[in-house]
Amino acid sequence: MNLHEYQAKQVFAEFGVPVPVGKPARSVTEAVNVAKELGGDCWVVKAQVHAGGRGKAGGVKLCKGIAEVEEYSNKLLGSRLVTPQTDAEGLPIEMLIVEEVKPIERELYLSVVVDRATKRIMFMASEAGGMDIEEVAEETPEKILLAAVDPSAGLQAYQSRDIAFKMGLEGKQVGQLFKVMSGLLNMFIAKDASQVEINPLIVNGDGDLIALDAKVNLDDNAAYRHPDMVAMRDPSQEDEKEYLAQQHELNYITLNGSIGCMVNGAGLAMATMDLVKLEGGFPANFLDVGGGATAERVAEAFKLILSDDKVKVVLVNIFGGIVRCNLIAEGIIEAVKEVGVNVPVVVRLEGTNADQGRKLLKESGLDIIAADDLTLAAQAAVKAAS
Amino acid sequence: MSILINKDTKVICQGFTGKQGTFHSEQAIAYGTKMVGGVTPGRGGETHLDLPVFNTVADAVKETGATATMIYVPPPFAADAILEAAAGGIEVIVCITEGIPVLDMMKVKSALEQYENTVLIGPNCPGVITPGECKIGIMPGFIHQAGSIGVVSRSGTLTYEAVHQTTSAGLGQSTCVGIGGDPIHGMNFIDVISRFEADENTKGIIMVGEIGGTAEEEAAEYIKNNVTKPVVGYIAGVTAPPGKRMGHAGAIVSGGQGTAEAKFAALEAAGVHIVKSPTEMGAKMKEILG
Repeated sequence: MNLHEYQAKQVFAEFGVPVPVGKPARSVTEAVNVAKELGGDCWVVKAQVHAGGRGKAGGVKLCKGIAEVEEYSNKLLGSRLVTPQTDAEGLPIEMLIVEEVKPIERELYLSVVVDRATKRIMFMASEAGGMDIEEVAEETPEKILLAAVDPSAGLQAYQSRDIAFKMGLEGKQVGQLFKVMSGLLNMFIAKDASQVEINPLIVNGDGDLIALDAKVNLDDNAAYRHPDMVAMRDPSQEDEKEYLAQQHELNYITLNGSIGCMVNGAGLAMATMDLVKLEGGFPANFLDVGGGATAERVAEAFKLILSDDKVKVVLVNIFGGIVRCNLIAEGIIEAVKEVGVNVPVVVRLEGTNADQGRKLLKESGLDIIAADDLTLAAQAAVKAAS
Repeated sequence: MSILINKDTKVICQGFTGKQGTFHSEQAIAYGTKMVGGVTPGRGGETHLDLPVFNTVADAVKETGATATMIYVPPPFAADAILEAAAGGIEVIVCITEGIPVLDMMKVKSALEQYENTVLIGPNCPGVITPGECKIGIMPGFIHQAGSIGVVSRSGTLTYEAVHQTTSAGLGQSTCVGIGGDPIHGMNFIDVISRFEADENTKGIIMVGEIGGTAEEEAAEYIKNNVTKPVVGYIAGVTAPPGKRMGHAGAIVSGGQGTAEAKFAALEAAGVHIVKSPTEMGAKMKEILG
């Protein structure tokens, strides 16, 4: 799951990572009060959505005077923000953050990830902050600095000094970077993060390092030991269908094609999508019903797939291991009857009790095409969709 | 011959008396696996499925001479179970558990470095099977057939697909290893492929990869320099949308690698026979071996 910027900054502060003075606001009145409380005559108002690219999309406004805070808060709250990282509908803005504005001397980049290759927590830093870091990595790879953390030794000060000097930091900033990196690492471990990113990490007019932005992704597998983080989850920022799928323990991702896919296992689900494409069609979704697919879950999966009106055919591909295909077939028949499926359904069953499953489907009298192998199933689905 | 496990391998189950542990131990026994007992802390001395239950892995190893374990404990206890197995002297640790926090696996991976003779398979994997001899995991035994193809895969049901196809083609399998889909896991492609290369009964190797990470690219490099047997490769995820599974900073650390196209290209450049359809793995191998 992802945190909002305002939530991430609260966690940053807990771990000694300096953030700008500011507060979240849920209404125009709250925003105005925060600005008054902060004092001064200039503030920044930032829309809280789970997507990057907010600045260019008009979600970050520099406000000179209370009237502008009022005007922009009013405009942003309740609207939807469309950025290059969202879909065409954008994400709803239900929360703002209002912060004081300080001069910016430099913009740097700092992030922490779990690196598969080294099996270590890895810091990535760059003097080219405030930009799209993927572009920096591609065009000027020498500007990307890395530091892997030894699991038993932890982050050593020399690692942060090395990065600090290479980024051209000086004086008190060198020590400050170690404090920032230590804080981020402690937070990363304590909260089971999978990615933390500060872009930009600024040097302000006083020469101090401040996290101007904050992005935190947490490891869903560790959610059970972080109820405080789970409480911060904001479903309004997630794809409605993907959120619903999670409630039913289904793994679902919306795509743009017309062939709905229901498969057991993530690898086989991807392979099925690839095969659909190879046969000239395009999948409407990725959907893994999991190893313990029951009739009830199959029904929920059908509902999800059919709630997308782009879907012209449903392709079911089940390789029964522990799951018995006759039970899956019963689930499909039940779901087709219950949900009222009005598009063709192509089913490929293989594995445990596959023959019995196929027989049940053929005898059901429903509009179900039982395919004998996966290639034929994909071809039948593509044909039915076109 | 086979790799990792055979008909003489003595196997225990951690999480033995739980629902999953019980079910899959029954299946393993029915398949002919030499199950010698299990571990459930606090229930040592009891009998379950006609086999002894032990409090600790060390006790189980001492009493039964077990060298392999299959782990079916819930995610919060899985890291502990893996390290207990290693400390207890187990050589082949198979962890089926799905949903272990990645930072737990990072610690486990680091701690396992001190056990030179121990390998970890998984977590989040179907397990390992030498057809007709020993089954450690959740795979359906009956789709397998003793034969000459080594199968290694990151995905569960896609492994079954490769197995089904090689069985249909009459080739059968020497050993099948599901290495698991988690970002940090035990044995990788190279660990398994090097064993297949050294195994005289394995005539060909099928590797099934998927998007994310650089394991397939590293395997390609290894195959190019070290493997003489034919390798058929398939990568799942050509149509998967970018950014959905991989964080974007993670993709940069991997140097822009990780797409299905890049992996196919790396495998092809290494002389691997790639198939673009997941349904052609068995047929391709049959065609090569004649």
